[in-house]
Amino acid sequence: MEKLYTITALSENEVGLLNQISIIFTRRKLNIESLSVSASAINGVHKFVITTVCDEAMAIKVVNQIEKRIDVIRAFYYAEEDIVYQEVALYKVSTPALLEAGDLERLVRKYNARILEMHPVYTIIEKTGHTEETQSLFQDLDKYGVLQFVKSGRVSITKSTIEHVDKYLESQEQRRIELEEK
Amino acid sequence: MAKEKLTGSEILIKSLLAEGVDTVFGYPGGAITPVFDCMYDYQDELKHILVRHEQGATHAAQGYARVSGKTGVVIVTSGPGATNTITGIADAMMDSTPMVVIAGQMPSSMLGTDAFQETDVVGITLPITKWSYQIRRAEDVAWAVARAFYIASTGRPGPVMLDFAKNAQTEVAEFEYKKCNYIRSYNPYPNINEESVRKAAEMINAAKKPLLLVGQGVTLGGAEQEIIELMEKADIPAATTLLGLSSIPSSHPLNMGMLGMHGNVAPNVMTNECDLLIAVGMRFDDRVTAVLDSYAKQAKKIHFDIDPSEFNKNVAVDLSVLGNSKESIAAVTALVEKRENKEWLQMFDRPKAEEKSKVIDVEVAPESGPLKMGEVVSRVSKYTNDNAVVVTDVGQNQMMGVRYSKYSQPRSVITSGGLGTMGFGLPAAVGAKFGAPARTVCLFVGDGGLQMTLQELGTIKAYGVNVKIILLTNTVLGMVRQWQELFFEKRFSETNLSNPDFVALAAAYGIKGRRIEKREELDEAIEEMLQHDGSYLLEAVVAKEEMVFPMTPTGKSVNYVMLNRDEIYKL
Ligand SMILES: Cc1ncc(C[n+]2csc(CCOP(=O)(O)OP(=O)(O)O)c2C)c(N)n1
Ligand SMILES: [Mg+2]
Repeated sequence: MEKLYTITALSENEVGLLNQISIIFTRRKLNIESLSVSASAINGVHKFVITTVCDEAMAIKVVNQIEKRIDVIRAFYYAEEDIVYQEVALYKVSTPALLEAGDLERLVRKYNARILEMHPVYTIIEKTGHTEETQSLFQDLDKYGVLQFVKSGRVSITKSTIEHVDKYLESQEQRRIELEEK
Repeated sequence: MAKEKLTGSEILIKSLLAEGVDTVFGYPGGAITPVFDCMYDYQDELKHILVRHEQGATHAAQGYARVSGKTGVVIVTSGPGATNTITGIADAMMDSTPMVVIAGQMPSSMLGTDAFQETDVVGITLPITKWSYQIRRAEDVAWAVARAFYIASTGRPGPVMLDFAKNAQTEVAEFEYKKCNYIRSYNPYPNINEESVRKAAEMINAAKKPLLLVGQGVTLGGAEQEIIELMEKADIPAATTLLGLSSIPSSHPLNMGMLGMHGNVAPNVMTNECDLLIAVGMRFDDRVTAVLDSYAKQAKKIHFDIDPSEFNKNVAVDLSVLGNSKESIAAVTALVEKRENKEWLQMFDRPKAEEKSKVIDVEVAPESGPLKMGEVVSRVSKYTNDNAVVVTDVGQNQMMGVRYSKYSQPRSVITSGGLGTMGFGLPAAVGAKFGAPARTVCLFVGDGGLQMTLQELGTIKAYGVNVKIILLTNTVLGMVRQWQELFFEKRFSETNLSNPDFVALAAAYGIKGRRIEKREELDEAIEEMLQHDGSYLLEAVVAKEEMVFPMTPTGKSVNYVMLNRDEIYKL
């Protein structure tokens, strides 16, 4: 069954890795719905978080192909229920339009949003949450005309009680020490 | 005392020597000139073979690697030099061949400016290499070379591209070589899971009709002996893929032949009769499986491979065993019971006999009519005592070449499998001879494919390379023509060749040659070719209407086998 999967990859910081990972999706005609790249909890290790719609068998294949790249440490796939995730959205709206409608405070409270900057001409609002929430706020604000809208890729953390990457790195470290001793 | 500093070029050469490289295939040019200049000082230790086209360098390196097990090395210039290697790199990626390609590049200060002969080589090669890296500083040369050889040769082997910026070739750095044996994000020696080995043995012990599928992973893992021990202990019939062909001797009674579209009838048909498929170091390529929906549905399946991304990629399996084939097969064999599978083995007799009488005998022992490809190939095999390195090009010549050759030792078949690259044959044969100078190298090639990399006759001449070229002239692009006849209503669009005088052409390169059309000349011509001290071109003229059978057409099941134009094997 097709659904949204979150695919994460941890990698050494090597130039061109994004390219290496993205072609794996293109080859299999998968759309990347969102993408974020950032530092991870491990020093020097980068984390890619990619969402895509596919079935589980395909998610497994993609993860295997990503992991096959030399500089990728490990890759995983998750269904929605396996992770906690967030997105950040920014909205730029005309200040006079907002003030005229008198709806600003209600919206900010309802969505637990924040005002980042209020200028006589424009107001910038920030909202973190799931796609449905950031999208819903967009629709409410768009009644007064959204001048600009931007949304980050997904950032996510697993609910798993085991840190698989740490385990892998420990076993590799063990291997390195053994090789050194030889 | 500070270490002496060397140029990046010299570091490259010394690093190659430290990796045990003694032969490289290449072609010079502007952006790699400093390296070639340096090679001038190392001629005694590092033999450079100047090919006639960079594609030839890659195929030669592939032939060299496949026959010897060593990593093939290619050195070329930037831009067109680098892009000419693409076909060979893609071919090596598909066929898991260890190869390191070093290409010159513009100095790093000029990168991104569309400088003369600048190409984004890393970008182009990323999808077709195991690793692709740009060296921008002399300090990084030794590290990158060490890493390149480690990656190319370990785990599932493959090609690596080093894009070598010119400034890094001329700048200096301290040299100290440390071989790479560890990369944190890469583990080519996965521990073999005891539990899965135990399960595999259980499944084998429970099977009544097991069938072993042997791929190139057996040769790459050096597991030929282990596979034979498993076959003999549990009395398991084995079939090989195209690239796995020579891993078991053809004469072994449990060797049931080749799988695939033009493979042998028995193993293809029995794939859908067995109760257990044991696949080792193969990737369930569509040429082997035919239509997946009806592929071995009745059988349980075990897949042994060193590349976890192959598991369940094309065919869902019941058990996968990750690891080096030599270790995992030995571990499983220790746990399997000694068996005899007489009845099951007897089931191979009918398809085997039918293929012999309806396909093989017709092909190798015709009494009249024009010469046939299979007959030429089987005679060459006979006169080389089934001991030659068989190199092929692509087309009918390839399928006939591999089908009608026999193999008595490993690493004896060199052919372009996954990519099916016409033009592979001649340069690969040259490389194979450098990789195994003591062996007889026989190339089977078509009149189309020979003309794709014909210029390597120049390399043969220059180095006095001794390869036996058996040219199967049918004056057509035979394999395509076969499809046109079978599936395109005999509309022979653009498959006719108007050939040059190949023997005269060979003579122009100082290569002895002979053209034969008659059956009576065949034996004598082959003997002459084999006795000749040096390269020889034997052109055998065959009919353009010839077709390769058996054949499982695209869209049919693995057990749907055409024995000839009119007859389908009855299950
Ligand atoms: C580089 C390349 N171009 C095209 C093809 C498609 N192709 C496969 S077999 C074949 C015909 C080969 O003709 P020839 O070399 O004369 O061999 P024959 O089949 O006649 O033995 C062609 C064109 C290919 N495999 N490789
Ligand atoms: Mg031909």
